[in-house]
Amino acid sequence: MYLRSDERGPAMNKRLTVRLALFGGIAVALFAILFLRLWLLQVLDGEKYLAEAKNNRTRSFLTSAPRGKILDRNGKVLVANRTSLALQVNPRKLPVDPAQRHAELARLAELTHSTLKRLRRTMHEELKLAPAAPVTLRQDVGHDLVYYLQENQDRFPGVETQRVFVRAYPDGTLAAQLLGSVGEIDPKELKEPRFHGLRPGDKIGQEGVEDTYDHYLRGRPGLTRIQVDALGEPTPNGRLVSKPPAPGDNLKLSINEEVQAAGEAGMAARGLPGGFITMDVHSGEILALGSFPTFEPALFTRPLTQAQVEETYNNPAAPLTDRATAGYYPTGSTFKLITATAALESGILTPSRSIFDGGAYTVGGESFKNAGGAAYGSLTLVPALEVSDDVFFYTLGAEMWDTGQLQHWAHAFGIGRPSGIDLPGAVEGLLPSQHWRNQLYKEGNTERPWSVGDNIQLATGQGDLQTNPLQMAIAYATLANGGTVVTPHVGKEVTDAAGRVLKEFAPPPQRHVKINPATRSVILEGLHDAAQGASGTSYAVFGGFPTPVAGKTGTAQRVGHADQSWYIVLAPYPNPKIVTAVTIEEGGFGAESAAPVALDILEAYFHKHATASAGPNGGSPG
Amino acid sequence: MYATRARRARPEPFAVHPGIAERLGLPYMDGSLALSAAALVAFSVFTLAQATKHDVPGSPYYYVDRQAIYGVLGIIAMYLLTRIDYSRFRELRVGIYTFLCVSISLVFVFGFAARGSRRSFELPFFSFQPSELGKVLLVLALAGFVIDGARSGSDWQRTVRYLCLGLAPAALVFMQPDLGTALVFGAITLAVMYVGGVRWTHFAVIGAAFVAMTVAVLVLAPAVGTPVLKGYQEQRLTSFLHPSADPSDAGYQQNQAKIAIGSGEKTGRGDRATQTRLNFVPERHTDFIFAVIGERYGFMGAALVLSLYALLIWRALRIVTLSKNSYGTLVAGGIAGMLLFQVFVNVGMNLGIMPITGIPLPLMSYGGSSVLATFVAVGVLQSIHMQARLSQKGRFAW
Repeated sequence: MYLRSDERGPAMNKRLTVRLALFGGIAVALFAILFLRLWLLQVLDGEKYLAEAKNNRTRSFLTSAPRGKILDRNGKVLVANRTSLALQVNPRKLPVDPAQRHAELARLAELTHSTLKRLRRTMHEELKLAPAAPVTLRQDVGHDLVYYLQENQDRFPGVETQRVFVRAYPDGTLAAQLLGSVGEIDPKELKEPRFHGLRPGDKIGQEGVEDTYDHYLRGRPGLTRIQVDALGEPTPNGRLVSKPPAPGDNLKLSINEEVQAAGEAGMAARGLPGGFITMDVHSGEILALGSFPTFEPALFTRPLTQAQVEETYNNPAAPLTDRATAGYYPTGSTFKLITATAALESGILTPSRSIFDGGAYTVGGESFKNAGGAAYGSLTLVPALEVSDDVFFYTLGAEMWDTGQLQHWAHAFGIGRPSGIDLPGAVEGLLPSQHWRNQLYKEGNTERPWSVGDNIQLATGQGDLQTNPLQMAIAYATLANGGTVVTPHVGKEVTDAAGRVLKEFAPPPQRHVKINPATRSVILEGLHDAAQGASGTSYAVFGGFPTPVAGKTGTAQRVGHADQSWYIVLAPYPNPKIVTAVTIEEGGFGAESAAPVALDILEAYFHKHATASAGPNGGSPG
Repeated sequence: MYATRARRARPEPFAVHPGIAERLGLPYMDGSLALSAAALVAFSVFTLAQATKHDVPGSPYYYVDRQAIYGVLGIIAMYLLTRIDYSRFRELRVGIYTFLCVSISLVFVFGFAARGSRRSFELPFFSFQPSELGKVLLVLALAGFVIDGARSGSDWQRTVRYLCLGLAPAALVFMQPDLGTALVFGAITLAVMYVGGVRWTHFAVIGAAFVAMTVAVLVLAPAVGTPVLKGYQEQRLTSFLHPSADPSDAGYQQNQAKIAIGSGEKTGRGDRATQTRLNFVPERHTDFIFAVIGERYGFMGAALVLSLYALLIWRALRIVTLSKNSYGTLVAGGIAGMLLFQVFVNVGMNLGIMPITGIPLPLMSYGGSSVLATFVAVGVLQSIHMQARLSQKGRFAW
C-alpha cells in the first residue's frame, strides 16, 4: 500500500498504519492461499479431476448379443436362438415411500412365484455389482404375465420387460450332453483369463461345445454410452457412443445329425443307460456322440423348479453325464484288439500260432473259464477273435503278465489317458498295471500286489480297467488307420453369419504308433469274421449288413451290476473310414443290445445317406 | 498528447471553467475500483449467459437479463453514492441502525420463505433481502458508534458495546436462519473494531471465546441434546473435512465443485463442461458460480476473477489510508474486511478448503440484493475517495 506522504489522509497515525499494514498482509496471505489452491487443482491435478468429471457424467448400457448358432456338419441347425422377455426392475423408478415399495415388491414376488425375501436378496446383490442399473428378476417370462404387467402399469412403477436372447433347441434332447447349455457366469469363472472382459450376469456356455467354443459363440454385447446429469437422467443429445451388438459366430460341428439321431433312437429303444460314439478313424472327427438317459437342454433357459433340480442334478441315472466320454467301464472282450496287437507286436504271438482251449486257463490254483463254459480246442488268432475265445487271450495275458507289453500298447492306444477331445468333462479312466497296483499295495491301499490274474483279467477287458467308448474308439481307430492316434473333436469350423469360414478345426494327431501292417490286417480279419463270419459273435446282427465291417462284441462284468454290453465296429472292411463304439449298462451279451444300436448307426451312416445324397463316404462306399 | 494525458491523470485544481468530467466528479473517483467492480459484474453476466441457458425452461436469458439489470442499477447506485458525502451517514447512525434491525426483523413477519429460511421480501420483479444491504448499513452505523463513543467508558466497556451492537443484527440474521450472512456481520464487526483500534488483548479474548463457542456449538451442544445449529448447517460446516460420494450429502456437493474446478485445467472446458452443466454442482448460478468459471474458463479465467477481486480489495484498503477523517477510515476498513471475508470464504468453499456457509461471491453470484449491496458498498468507498481528493484539492486551493 505504497502511498506518497502527501496523499495520505489526515486520519492516519502510526498505530493505524501498523494495523493496516497487517490487514494488507492478511489479505495478501489469503489471496495467496486461494491462488495456490487454484493452481494445485487446475494445473497440477487437473488431469485427475478431468478424468473424474468424465467418469461422472457417463453411463454405459450393454445390449446382449445373440450367441452364434450351432450346426451339424451338413448345416442343419442344432441350436438356435429365440427372443424371450426378461422381467426387470429399475430401482430408481420404484416408489420412494417404503410402504409402497414394499407392497409393490410383494406383489411382484407373488407374480413371479418367488418370495419377497429372495427378490430383495436378488436386488441387493445385483445392485452391489451395478448400482442404479435395472435388476433382472426373471428370465423368459410368459407373455400373459407381461400383458398383465402392462395393463396394470400404474401399480408396478419401475417394472420393465426387456428382450433377451435364449437358446432354442429344434431337435429337443438331441445331443444334449454334447451341446451343453448357457448360463450366467459365476464369480470364480469371472477371474479366469478366458472370460476377461465379462461382467457379472453375462451368459457363457456351460458344459459341452457351448463351453469349449464359448469364445466364438459368445459375440460382443452392444454398448451405448450416454451422458447423464447428476440425477442419472439421460441428457438431450447425450448419446456419446452407440455400438450395435455383434452376434456370435456360428459353430459347425462334425456331428452328422442323422447318425446322431439314429444312435440316440437306438439307445432310447433299449431304455438302458449307456453311451455311443461314431468317429472318423483318419481325422478324429466325431460324427455322433450320445448318452442315455438324456435331458432337455431347453430346461436351462429358465429357472429350474425344485422338481426339475431333483430330476436333473440328483437323479441316480445322471442324465447330465456324458457316458460316452465320462463313463468308467470295463470293456469285456472288445479289449482283445489291444491284447492281440500287444502280443503280435511283442513277438509272443504269430498269426499261425495255435493255443489250446480246454475250456479254462488255470494259473496258481485259480481257474479262468470261457464265457458260457465253451471249449473251442486248438485255435489261431483269427478264429479266436471270431468266436471271442477267452482262454486264448487269458494265455496271452498270462504270458505278458510282468512284461508290461499289454499296458504299453493299451497306453499307446490311448487307454487310461487324456484324449485331447474338445469337450469338457471327458475322463482319463484307469489302465491297471504292475507298477500301479504295487504302488497301491506299498501304500497299504490294496490287499495284494500285482499278479498274473490281474493281467489275465485285463487281457479280456475285465478287472480294474476303467475306460469308455471314446477311448475304445480311439484305440480301434489307431489300429484301423495303421497307427495314427487321432485327436477326437466335434468342432469343425467357425463361420460368420454369411456362412464364410473363419476358422477350421483340424487338430493334429496326438501321436503315431508303429504297427506292423500284418498285425493290422490279421486282427481286422478276425474282427470281420467276428461280425460277419458264420460263427462270429455278432453274425446274428451284422451277418446281413450289406457293407463289410469288422466288429467286436464285449460283455463286461461289473461288480454290483448285470453284465454290460459293448460293441465296437470298424467300417467299411478292410479299409475302415469310421469307428462306432456302443456300450449299454446292464445290456447283457454284446450282440444282445449294443450291437443292434451300432447297426442302427451304421445303417444311418451308409444307407440313408447314400440314397439321400452323395453321402459322407464321398460316393464310393466300401 | 503528453499534456492531455497528464491533465486527465491529475485534474487541474484551478480550472475556472470545469469540463463535463469535472462536473460529473469523474476525476475524483477511483477508476480502478469502479472498473474492477464493473468488470466483475460483467464477467458474471457473461458466465451466466453461457452456463444457465437451460436452467429456466423457455427463457434462456432469465438469469442473464436480471443480473444485467441489477448490475446497471448497481452502477447507478454506486455513482449516486459517490456524489453524497459519506460523513452524513455518521450523523444518521442511529436511524440507519434502527432501520437495519427493523428490516431484518420484519422478514420474520412478512418474509418470503425459500428452502426453509425466511430471508427476503417478495416485491414485484424483485425479492429484496434486507440482510444483504444490512451488511453495508452495519458498517456505516457501527463506524459511527465507534467514533462517537471513542472517549466514553473504559476500553473494555467500549469493546463490549461494539460487540453487542454488531452481534445483535448478526443474531437476528442467524435466526432466519442464514448462517453465512450472520458470519459476514461478525466479520464486519471485527474489521471495524480492528481498524477502530480495539486492543490486541481484547481480540485475543474474543478469539478464545469464539473458539470455545465453536466447540460448544459443534461438539458440546449436540452431545447434551440441545443442538444450536440445524443438522444441515452443521453438516455443511464440517463437510469440507470429509468429502463424500453420497449425492444427498453436503460433502458430495463440495467434492463435485472441486472436480469441476480441477477439470477446467489451464484453459477450461468451455461448452464441453459437464460438472456444472449437468447439475453435478448445485447452486451453480449463486454460491458455486466460481466452480462454473473454474470449469469453463480454467485457470486463466479463475485467476483473472481472483485478480479482479485482489484489485478491488487493494483499492479498498488504499482508500482506508486516504480517508480525510477517521469515520471514512473505519467505514472503508469495514467494507474491505467484508469483501475480503466474503471472497475468501466463498472461493475457499468452491476450492474445497472452507466450509459450505451459503455466502455469495460479491458481484459474481446471481442475486439482486447482493449485487446492489456490493455496489452500494463500492459507492461508499468512492465517496470516501472523492471526499479525500476534494479536501486535498481544497488544501491546495485554499
